[in-house]
Amino acid sequence: MGRFAVRGLLSRKLRTALTAIAIVLGVAMISGTFVLTDSIDQAFDSIFTDIRKGSNAVISGKSAFDLGDQTGVSAPTLSESLLPEVRALPDVAEAEGSVDSDATQLIGDDGKAVVSGGAPNLGFSIANGDSVFNPLTLVEGDWPGPNEVAIDKETAAKEDFEVGETIGVQAEGPVERVRVSAIVQFSSGLTIGGATLAGFDLPTAQRLFKKVGQLDEIAVAAKPGVTDAQLVREIEAILPSHAQVRTGSEQAVSDAADTNDFISFLRGFLLAFGGIALFVGSFVIANSLSITIAQRTREFATLRTIGATNRQILGSVMVEALVVGVVASIVGLFLGLLLAEGLFELFDAVGFTLPNSGLVFEPRTVVVALAAGILVTFLASVYPGFRATMVPPIAAVREGASLPGEPLDRIRGTSVAALVTAVGVVVGGFAITTTPGNTLVSALLAVLGLMLTLFGCALFPSRTLGAIVSCALGFAALVYGLFVPDLGTTRVLLWMGVGVLLVFFGVARVTTRLIPSLAAFMSPIARWAVFALLVLFWPLFTLPYWLLRYGAWGPGAAGKRVLAFVGGSLLNPLIFGIVLVMWLRRALTRWEPEWPAEFPGVIPDRSTTRVGSENARRNPQRTASTAAALMIGLALVTLVATLAAGIIASFEGAVNDLWKDSDSDYAITAQNNFSPIPIDAANAAAQAPGVVAVMNVRTGEVRAFDETIFATAVDPTARELIALKWKDGSQEVLANLGSDGVFVDDGYAKSNDLAVGSPIELTFASGVTQTYVVNGIFDPPTGGSPFGNVTLSTEAWDAKVANPRNLYTFIAMKGDVNDSNTRALEKSLAAFPNAKAQTRQEFIDNQISGLSAVLNILYVLLALSVIVSLFGIVNTLVLTVFERTREIGMLRAIGMTRRQVRQMIRHESVITALIGAALGIVLGIVLAALLIARVDFLVFSFPTTQVIVFVIAAIVVGLIAAIFPARRAAKLDPLQAIAYE
Amino acid sequence: MSESHDGAVVVAQDVTRRYGEGETAVDALRGVSVDIAPGKATAVMGPSGSGKSTLMHILAGLDKPTSGTVGIAGTEITTLGDNDLTKLRREHIGFVFQFFNLLPMLDAKENILLPLTIAGEKPDDGWLDQLVDDVGLKDRLSHRPAELSGGQQQRVAIARALISRPTVLFADEPTGNLDSATSAEILELLRRSVAEYGQTIVMVTHDSRAAAVAHRVLFLADGEIVRELGECDAHTIHTVMEELAAA
Ligand SMILES: Nc1ncnc2c1ncn2[C@@H]1O[C@H](COP(=O)(O)OP(=O)(O)O)[C@@H](O)[C@H]1O
Ligand SMILES: [Mg+2]
Repeated sequence: MGRFAVRGLLSRKLRTALTAIAIVLGVAMISGTFVLTDSIDQAFDSIFTDIRKGSNAVISGKSAFDLGDQTGVSAPTLSESLLPEVRALPDVAEAEGSVDSDATQLIGDDGKAVVSGGAPNLGFSIANGDSVFNPLTLVEGDWPGPNEVAIDKETAAKEDFEVGETIGVQAEGPVERVRVSAIVQFSSGLTIGGATLAGFDLPTAQRLFKKVGQLDEIAVAAKPGVTDAQLVREIEAILPSHAQVRTGSEQAVSDAADTNDFISFLRGFLLAFGGIALFVGSFVIANSLSITIAQRTREFATLRTIGATNRQILGSVMVEALVVGVVASIVGLFLGLLLAEGLFELFDAVGFTLPNSGLVFEPRTVVVALAAGILVTFLASVYPGFRATMVPPIAAVREGASLPGEPLDRIRGTSVAALVTAVGVVVGGFAITTTPGNTLVSALLAVLGLMLTLFGCALFPSRTLGAIVSCALGFAALVYGLFVPDLGTTRVLLWMGVGVLLVFFGVARVTTRLIPSLAAFMSPIARWAVFALLVLFWPLFTLPYWLLRYGAWGPGAAGKRVLAFVGGSLLNPLIFGIVLVMWLRRALTRWEPEWPAEFPGVIPDRSTTRVGSENARRNPQRTASTAAALMIGLALVTLVATLAAGIIASFEGAVNDLWKDSDSDYAITAQNNFSPIPIDAANAAAQAPGVVAVMNVRTGEVRAFDETIFATAVDPTARELIALKWKDGSQEVLANLGSDGVFVDDGYAKSNDLAVGSPIELTFASGVTQTYVVNGIFDPPTGGSPFGNVTLSTEAWDAKVANPRNLYTFIAMKGDVNDSNTRALEKSLAAFPNAKAQTRQEFIDNQISGLSAVLNILYVLLALSVIVSLFGIVNTLVLTVFERTREIGMLRAIGMTRRQVRQMIRHESVITALIGAALGIVLGIVLAALLIARVDFLVFSFPTTQVIVFVIAAIVVGLIAAIFPARRAAKLDPLQAIAYE
Repeated sequence: MSESHDGAVVVAQDVTRRYGEGETAVDALRGVSVDIAPGKATAVMGPSGSGKSTLMHILAGLDKPTSGTVGIAGTEITTLGDNDLTKLRREHIGFVFQFFNLLPMLDAKENILLPLTIAGEKPDDGWLDQLVDDVGLKDRLSHRPAELSGGQQQRVAIARALISRPTVLFADEPTGNLDSATSAEILELLRRSVAEYGQTIVMVTHDSRAAAVAHRVLFLADGEIVRELGECDAHTIHTVMEELAAA
């Protein structure tokens, strides 16, 4: 049977290829993700190993608890006096101290800070260019001396920095002018995308980073014959308590921890979208298979009459699906390589260059990508295959045959379905609740449970009942995951994922019932939307051409045609050549160009669109499944858009609620809106004429009650600049925190039983611990608190945190927000190019801009699943056209023009797309509302503009999807179509 | 199944078949009993809608009677499950359809061998060669159905039905879709299969020339067997048909 399956596939090449595309794209996304992240991983690994190449041991400051990246606090430093002690150790061959900073801003020739996306601006000392500890090599110039800097090759090229030139550098203090002494690169030749490197000699670096007399690290090389472990043991003996020592390779691993976190986040994130694309793809495949199977009923029945068993039929369908799955997965696997290459370029283009030392193609990539693709195809084909086995042999001779005496036993069918569903729910629920979630067994059990549940729901003899069960279970899982406390992130995500999946499945199935009314409802909308869209956009692109065409061979008076022709050629001389070619081709061949001349054809032609809308209605199950694929993509896009609208509205509301209105408000942040900025910048701004009050906000991680939490620190001026809603206390608390007072938010107070007067012990990164007293408790606004759980005074903060930096600075000035105030502030910040002054609205917009960047990435990634569903529509239409060959031939024979045939197909396509859009948008908003209801600090806000854009996008998807099938349908020769058997 | 029907390979007793329920119910068969003798060709004739196809489907186990029993080669088939029916089909039944029902992606030879391939059996090369020779498809074996004429396609279908040497071959209007010259060739082929291989055939037709090939002709009208003729010529059959139509 397998051979016939393959033969069958080959005889339906186009249809098979269209089906396979859905899987190809999803698998490509998965393999591309692995290749991309593995490649980045390898590149970073070699960079980090390179950096520690010469070190047998590395001594560094030890923070009291693990710190996140770029949080505003850093590990304690070492005293310079430690270095001679280390050097004096018997087994130490060489030791060298260094300092570094991840906020060392280079100032371009244009006076602006060199920033590139979120890439770090690394500054460090190079004590001795020739030492084994230095991972850099000179490209040009000499190692930096006092007041000199070495710049990396990429930055130098981008900014036109040359050896000998003087440039600005700003770290913890104001900008200093230093001479570029060298252009350098990593010995391995790799680059950390977008990051800038600035190397100084040790004293210059210590001064710039405000670490005079201190070191961040001491790199140690051992004498020959001494093992790393021995060396580490020897050093440990003399270390102070706030210092630690690791071997060089351990240090490389620890250096890489943050990037590894980022890479695994990126991997999971991109994989999720690959998974979504595959999920959508599974709908497309299931639908295509169902249609093909329906069309091959007679073939299956014939096979049955000549002795094929049920199992053989099932087998042949499954083999077909598997062949498609295997081939598509292999193609997708290799397409993934291209995709990874493309993603590198994409990240590069948006200014976030990722290091690349060649694409890494791990066996794991092959295994996972192939397994995912094949498994999804296999699962998607189970149900259609099952249906194929129900074709009775008598269907070979009779259409719509059903055997007497075996009407589907509804009661038994329902109880079997309910049983399967229940088993699925129990297995899945058990897998999710009882295990941490990432062991293989529980993952497999969860998948099995989910599959059983879905299969059970599909088994219900009453489609609607099955759909309702699926939806109900889905929403139950969602609500459970969202509202049951203390589930842990993994489990919450699992419950939500499973819930969303079940809801999608249920909605997709119940839609079948709604298709007739939905299609009837959408038909006029589709008719006029297509018209409106084409009227809006068509002339823009094709007017000159249309004029030329009309002039060349249109009907009407010669004068008009000449005018049109001249106008057309004036409008676009380039078109002239094209028309000439078209004209020649038309004259020489039987080719008839149609599409540019189709303008009058889009005017709704009632009879044609009526047939189109009837067609959309007459096979509800098919239309429903096709629309469902698009629904999933649009639901997720809408979910994202609604959440974003909610976040933006909440944030804007919170800022306006909190920030007291004064005559003029300004805020200062880093150029990238989120990096900490040196306190000196705010101090300089405070000196600007007209400044009434300055309030700094610092933030960082501390430990309290055995938990790492975010703490903030504010100036006493907060009393004037912000207004909090107090549960206990008053605005006065803000001004009188002093050296031992804190205030906490309501939720934190509740979960730790804090009241005004309660003591709270905080441990800082340096390991210092101090007890503070709660002075007040505030109620954070919906929209989020600008403060961490615990807030100190800046005075108390600076006493405990080395090198404190501001996150934001808020400033009130005399007079309005006006040019002279703005200029005064900007002038005072001239020495701090990385700080920018902004008005309240600018501040809000800037803070939100990070979100829009994330949003755009999400949209691009979700577009993949929309593209998959577009292929789903193409596929359904092609299959439908094929199936209706005779009918279309008949319509053509009784006088339907090609244009009308195209319009008919297009109309059906747009209706399908609109149904998908309507369902998806509603579902997306419902899901978003559920999430927003869960998250306290979010308010719901309807994303009107986005929804309109999505609807237009859906119509465009419908139009694009129809192009190819409509052409095929229009090309059918009426005679052949009728003779076809 | 009792053996009282002196060696009949297909035995139907009091078969009725009702389509639909209630007021719209149609009684396609109203109590038909028939024995099909081995090694003979039996034609079933009657006006359109008289129940010929329904009877044949039930005799072949494609459809189930509303009441009555059907036995093939000594096995009562109306109560068989799907798997046993499939096994029965493999061993005892061959089909020839009006619309050929060949698999378009397979060539002629593969189509002919399909029943054996499905059953996982090895073709008997001598039998295949003889069959291909007899149906006259020697130089068409590697053609796909789309590259064959209607008559050639029906030859392939007949060879496919005969390849497994079924106990009985059922044909529903095998010439219904062919011109008269081609029809004659196909009928000759069927006749020879009876004469040369002793193949049992049940053929539904409303073409009297087709029925003239048979050893026995059953006439159906309104779901009942109304007349029966032995071997006779097309003219006689035609006359009977006219009579029935007039009645
Ligand atoms: N699937 C069916 N559903 C309902 N009625 C049917 C069905 N098949 C056949 N019939 C009816 O049964 C009667 C006999 O049909 P059939 O056996 O096909 O006749 P014949 O082959 O002699 O033309 C006809 O009246 C026909 O309308
Ligand atoms: Mg018939």
